[in-house]
Amino acid sequence: MKSFKVSKISIALMALLTLVITASAVFASSEAVATAAVETTAQAAHAWWYWPLILLVLSFVLGVFAVLAGVGGGVLYVPIVSGFLPFHLDFVRGAGLIVALAGALAAGPGLLKKGMADLRLAIPMALIASTCAIFGAMIGLALPTNVIQTLLGATILGIVLIMIKAKKSEYPDVPQADALSQTLRITGIYHEPTINKDVSWKVHRTPQALALFVIIGVMAGMFGLGAGWANVPVLNLLMGAPIKISVATSKFLLSITDTSAAWIYLNNGAVLPLMVVPSVVGIMLGSFIGVRVLAVTKPAVIRILVISVLGVAGLKALLKGLGIG
Amino acid sequence: MAAPQATEEQLLYANILNKGMMVGLIGLVVTFIIYGAGILEPVIPIDQVQNYWVMPVSDYLAQTGIHAGWAWLGKLGYGDMLNFLPIAFLSLLTIVCYAAIIPGLLRKKDTIYVVLAVTEIVVLAVAASGLLGSGGH
Repeated sequence: MKSFKVSKISIALMALLTLVITASAVFASSEAVATAAVETTAQAAHAWWYWPLILLVLSFVLGVFAVLAGVGGGVLYVPIVSGFLPFHLDFVRGAGLIVALAGALAAGPGLLKKGMADLRLAIPMALIASTCAIFGAMIGLALPTNVIQTLLGATILGIVLIMIKAKKSEYPDVPQADALSQTLRITGIYHEPTINKDVSWKVHRTPQALALFVIIGVMAGMFGLGAGWANVPVLNLLMGAPIKISVATSKFLLSITDTSAAWIYLNNGAVLPLMVVPSVVGIMLGSFIGVRVLAVTKPAVIRILVISVLGVAGLKALLKGLGIG
Repeated sequence: MAAPQATEEQLLYANILNKGMMVGLIGLVVTFIIYGAGILEPVIPIDQVQNYWVMPVSDYLAQTGIHAGWAWLGKLGYGDMLNFLPIAFLSLLTIVCYAAIIPGLLRKKDTIYVVLAVTEIVVLAVAASGLLGSGGH
């Protein structure tokens, strides 16, 4: 009975997402035709609220999915909105960063107070990632759109592979903390309610992780993606932080990494309130509902759905960038 | 084993972030209502924005004559420009949080983290300043 309910919820969510994307894509096609005449006639194709409303609904659905699949909103938002809606990639990346930033800012306080997100672990990583995100954003805004679109498609398909292949380790074995993490005193204790124990943790391979955060920062800024998909494996599998600490610290890290990149987009005019506000509100409401739906859904089913949607969006972005789609 | 507890800096950071985030999000919704309801005239007519979001940001800036960077600060009397106030506020929150934890770190003589925090503030301030270029590609 319960699995029947789970399936129904999953199918309903998938159907809603498909409906929104299909409807948007159909209207986007007619919009593209209308756009050709825009420069000369400056005629608006729809009422001003039309596309913001679609963004609100789509972002809401993405917000639900993001929570259920355990990914940030940005990684779903950028490829899907840029692939299927008429917005230019420049504005989608700007909005994507603000969406990811708002989500991270909202989650940050709770995660920090509970001791799940660790400030000492986050600060060194954030410094590297946020600095590199600035360069990523500058590169992203300087490169031609088709190049960025192609790279985005390839990146999203890479993320799909990471999501399929990546393992998680609840309590990784860290025999010896490395010298750098000892100097920085990156260690902690958190209470794990499932085993009713205080778990002590430490990390290793800190220099290698810092090197990887160079790449993560550049990619986050270049594509306007939140980088939770990359943060978590580095913190958990490479450094050996427990999975809960990794997920929470990653979410908090985004509030810093995305801040620096968001400023570059903001200062370059690539942030439009008419896109940003409905997207932020939609994804936050969706996340709110997602947390409640999470209790009655099978994460594995949702995970497959999200991987499939991301795969299609990545392929679409790749083909669009190559001028095929 | 010591009882798990968030550090003093972590709690301070969380409290500032929490209050700031609430103010920023409420501001985002309120300024958008002002914009959408037409209470304040926008620089770009709201029904014309859809003509511009289909083009690269450089074309958008060229065609609208909008100046990027902090130029919006001088035009807060316009509905669309007013929306940048809460967006900028949310984007500045991290700098405020970092600045707030520095005194505690100094008291604990946590020199490395003081240096890291100050450097992060400098990085974010440079990004926010527009010194790294504005105006799109």
